[in-house]
Amino acid sequence: MHHGLKLSKPISVLLLLTMTLSMLLIGCQKSNKNVVNVFNWGLYIDEDIFKTFENQTGIRVNYQTYDSNEMLYSKIKGGGASYDVIIPSDYMVSRMISEDMLEKLDYTNIPNISKIDDNYRYQPYDPDNAYTVPYMWGTVGLIYNSTVVTEDVNSWGLLFDEKYAGRILMFDNSRDAMGIALLYLGYSINTTDKSELDEAYDLLKRQKPLLYAYTMDQIYDWLEGGEAAIGPYYAGDYITMIENNPDLKFCLPDEGSNVFIDCMCIPKGAKNKANAEAFINFMCDTEIALLNCAETGYSTPSKEAYDELPDETKNNTVMYPSAETLDRCEAYVNLPREILEYYDNLWVNLKT
Amino acid sequence: MKRFLSIPYIVWMAIFVVAPIILVVVYALTSGSGSFTFENFAHMENFLSVFIRSMIMALIATAICILIGYPLAYALACEGPRLQKIFIMLIMLPMWMNFLLRTYAWMSILENTGLINSLLSALGLPTVNMINTQGAVVLGMVYNYLPFMVLPIYSVMVRIEPSVVEAAQDLGANSFKVFLRIIFPLSLPGVLSGITMVFVPSVSTFIISRLLGGGKSLLLGDLIEMQFLGSAYNPHLGSAISLIMMVIIIACMMVMNRFGEGEERAVML
Repeated sequence: MHHGLKLSKPISVLLLLTMTLSMLLIGCQKSNKNVVNVFNWGLYIDEDIFKTFENQTGIRVNYQTYDSNEMLYSKIKGGGASYDVIIPSDYMVSRMISEDMLEKLDYTNIPNISKIDDNYRYQPYDPDNAYTVPYMWGTVGLIYNSTVVTEDVNSWGLLFDEKYAGRILMFDNSRDAMGIALLYLGYSINTTDKSELDEAYDLLKRQKPLLYAYTMDQIYDWLEGGEAAIGPYYAGDYITMIENNPDLKFCLPDEGSNVFIDCMCIPKGAKNKANAEAFINFMCDTEIALLNCAETGYSTPSKEAYDELPDETKNNTVMYPSAETLDRCEAYVNLPREILEYYDNLWVNLKT
Repeated sequence: MKRFLSIPYIVWMAIFVVAPIILVVVYALTSGSGSFTFENFAHMENFLSVFIRSMIMALIATAICILIGYPLAYALACEGPRLQKIFIMLIMLPMWMNFLLRTYAWMSILENTGLINSLLSALGLPTVNMINTQGAVVLGMVYNYLPFMVLPIYSVMVRIEPSVVEAAQDLGANSFKVFLRIIFPLSLPGVLSGITMVFVPSVSTFIISRLLGGGKSLLLGDLIEMQFLGSAYNPHLGSAISLIMMVIIIACMMVMNRFGEGEERAVML
């Protein structure tokens, strides 16, 4: 046997190096004062536009992402981090407004609001349109690989079909997963009837053995790479996915679906409110909106941007479904706390 | 004067260890309106199965780490210094890369269209479903935490005086007896700190089960994360679960330290 652990020297040198480096980096970050802290969904913007914004206004964009409304809510509610622009969806907007978590916008700083189609303003979650500027909208649909699923698809039932055991993906958040089960059963996605929720839970429990995984953004890799064949996700993301795998198809089931509007808002106590409004205004600029649409595949609420879209996109029923299709879709509303806790309990039981 | 040197670390501990624990306790014992309550602990039995599953999986991972790590550490301690250096370097090497990246790498190894299964089907063999199983989660734990088992055992073993071993041999002990009566008892403190360093992160992990388990069965870490990032946002319940988890872990450590009594104490946490 030999004595001593002689490795400590190179490692301590390495540690010192990383420490010095990170100090330097922290030092760099602090020197710039004119910033706007943007907190957005992952893969939901063309990051190149930050440069354009900085060149135009001299404001540097500090960009971070989240992958669910709930994560955003908890960050803002917890108060640990400060953001200037956030992009919650409809139901989360109404929850945040009711809990006094959003700042009223000064629309004189956001002249580009005039470009937004009035259909997407004055929505139930913000009836006076005091807090929100619509960023993008879209629907949830069924994405499947046509080399595996050769039958006609028009129902969420595909997600519960034993034929495809082991190749099915499901949303890894309770609201969306329960929403789909409720739709398949013919109930409203906003039901507060616990017996209907229980039925939806039973359906999900039966589905679980058929699943490849519960997932969020990982779905890109798995559907594109053929690792899984069926999964529900956002229409805009489907547009991105077919670029990498043309075998993928999209269906907005007959039972209806969820339609959502994601809105740019300023959280209460934001330190750079004027910068935030400048950023929101910039995002509504037609040229920028078009760049974002092209990058993300989501649908724009801007009238001007829509008019300038190529016909091919305008006629794409995945991105811009017909009025009849949209009639079948329902937006989420904020649920009472008791029901939210019930959702969480069902979710724990489902995964047990 | 020497005491003075520990001040930076004590400040660090106070801010980043003690203060958060106090926060967890405060949150666990208050309600949303800020008043004192035990309500958060009232329905813990709902989560019993999650507690049990997490414990079992962490125990399995720890046991596998001992089975692999102990012989390795022993063999290593018997080698020459040059070889030791190389091997320790190799054991630490994966830790230079981010934990998350390593776990993502495992995904592409285990997937149905991944490295192993592509190889199998290229050889004309049937493919095996490995990803998104509990086995994959345990594998992820073992892979990520194995170095934390090997290193403490190794560092205790290289400090065993050769003269003690020689004395036993002089007195007629065969090599099996030397191991059983001398080396194993003397290496126990290393094993105990290895167990702590593997079991604790395994029992509280959430990202490994998310990435390699397909989010199908919740572990304690997932359950706690859900209280903060789920629909209801209940940091009080999340803190209560964390607190219970800490108490259970501390209890396990105390029991384990009993085993090592008379030897050097295992490192607590």
